[in-house]
Amino acid sequence: MSFYLAFKEVWRNRGRFFLFSLVIALITTLVLFIAALSEGLATANKQFLVKLGVQSLVFQKNVDLSANTSRIALSKRNDITRVEGVDSVGAIGLSNAAIVSPSGEKDLNVSLIGVESGRPGEPPVLSGRNLLTDRGSEVIVDQNVADQTGVKVGDRLRIKSIQGSKEEFYDLDIVGITDSRQYLFQPSIFIPYNTWDQVRPQAAAGSKLMETVSNIIAVKMKPESDATEVGKQIEDQVKDVEVTDIKTAYESAPGYQAQQSTLNTIRVFTLLIGILVIGGFFQIQMLQKIPLIGVMKAIGTSNSIVAAAVVLQIVLVTTFGVILGTIATLGLAAGISGNVPVIFDGNSVVIAILTLLSIGPIGGLVSVRLAISVEPLIALGLSA
Amino acid sequence: MNPIIETHAVSKVYQGNNVSIRAVDNASISIFPGEFVGLVGPSGSGKTTMLAMLAALLKPSEGEVIIDQVRLSKMSEKDRVRFRCEKIGFTFQSNNLIPYLTVLENVELMLRLNKRYDRSSRTQAEELLFRLGLQDRMNNMPNQISGGERQRVSIARSMIHNPSLILADEPTASLDTQRAFQVTQTYSELIHENGKAGIMVTHDLRMCKFVDKIIQIEDGKISSILNNRDEIEALIS
Repeated sequence: MSFYLAFKEVWRNRGRFFLFSLVIALITTLVLFIAALSEGLATANKQFLVKLGVQSLVFQKNVDLSANTSRIALSKRNDITRVEGVDSVGAIGLSNAAIVSPSGEKDLNVSLIGVESGRPGEPPVLSGRNLLTDRGSEVIVDQNVADQTGVKVGDRLRIKSIQGSKEEFYDLDIVGITDSRQYLFQPSIFIPYNTWDQVRPQAAAGSKLMETVSNIIAVKMKPESDATEVGKQIEDQVKDVEVTDIKTAYESAPGYQAQQSTLNTIRVFTLLIGILVIGGFFQIQMLQKIPLIGVMKAIGTSNSIVAAAVVLQIVLVTTFGVILGTIATLGLAAGISGNVPVIFDGNSVVIAILTLLSIGPIGGLVSVRLAISVEPLIALGLSA
Repeated sequence: MNPIIETHAVSKVYQGNNVSIRAVDNASISIFPGEFVGLVGPSGSGKTTMLAMLAALLKPSEGEVIIDQVRLSKMSEKDRVRFRCEKIGFTFQSNNLIPYLTVLENVELMLRLNKRYDRSSRTQAEELLFRLGLQDRMNNMPNQISGGERQRVSIARSMIHNPSLILADEPTASLDTQRAFQVTQTYSELIHENGKAGIMVTHDLRMCKFVDKIIQIEDGKISSILNNRDEIEALIS
């Protein structure tokens, strides 16, 4: 009975309800895009770290887990390896460089990542092979670099690095292509650790430290080990280091928390606006329907039927709006520029859609309450 | 024969701002099957309050209302809703029909609410609308038909589920005289044919031309009950 009443009213006033569904569709599009943007920006920040395949990262102590500030001497890597429960470790150097376009087009800025051959940090390749040594002029590029520059395995890549105040150029042979591994919003290229130490931007040309240092050390634990416990042991046994998990590490990246909390705030406010818009629409409609509901109750329609009809109506209109909005979002996403970092991650899209579907009934609760409170005596022009 | 409606010394008192208003005072009436009664009186005399108590919409402050052998005072709110749905057919002055249902669907609504909608229901509703001269209006929306037609649809809706009691609150108030007479006559005929008890609240005495009994209320009290045709005609004229 409730569905019959709800459906008939929506169908017979489909123009009005369609317009309202369009408003919900617009809210849906906005929420889904913000969710996708949030995911895209987060991925651009953390993708390399998430795909490392290790349990812990070691930073220099007292640098607030800032990879750029952190300096760890390579000798400490050996100390970490000796800690009970550690399976393998790999030094990772992080800096920036630019890939010089052979055709003279704009250079492509990349994260220049130094990794140790065969150790944690070196990415698995999709095509080609892994790095053979820690000194060669070899490079593994990620899929983004391959897509944006058109390079392939066997090609030679020229990178530009600032040494002192001079631009220095280095030629590297592409030996492998790995999947997308963005770090700090840039595509990544992976070179042997000692080569990285040579070509990374430095304050002065050839200004080398006495001992080779890395920014962070990736630690892979033995399967039976408790990462937290082993991390504490590393901090106890190796001087001036701080051990953290991957999530804490990327959340500590500069601007990451501010960016994500800004986007989440926008998303929450958009949902709140959605609740208010839906609530307002159904409340105004309900106020107009009070005499009618009075008549319906007077002739024997129960409160449960009236309330269920209102809820069903809200659910019908909201669901239609969310479906429309989702289709519109997918259409827009297909046509959006590749430079906009939007990623429609399954989980975040499902969560956003479920949230949007729930804001309808939440927004409509006030109108349901109003519908229940209508006295059938209104039909006779009386009041209780 | 048992009366369909019995009220025993029914009163309704409204309390407010240290003043109590006795809208209906000590009213006792009996209405039998096949009787069409006009409940008349000036504005504010208590006739609508009386109707609301008979319709199980309002609980009396004193006295007892018995409809079809059922004491309304013993009922819970939920039972009252069920009772209105099954036992009472209602027509109001305005806002009578559901605007998003067709004429036919409005009439069928009472069968759906009573969970008695089946294959024969459509035919039953169509026959009733045909009987009321609305055969060409069945698929129209309420806003596509005239005021008189809307009231006739409302009559059909109040009868379709075979209730014991038909109540009408000023059903002719928004109609011109000719249409008002048509509607009242239709009421009278259907109530007599089907052996129902019917009460029509009106302040227009001319509409009592087709009733069998007139109950006059003044200041909440029943001032007279006219059963005799001559007395009724005399009052109307």
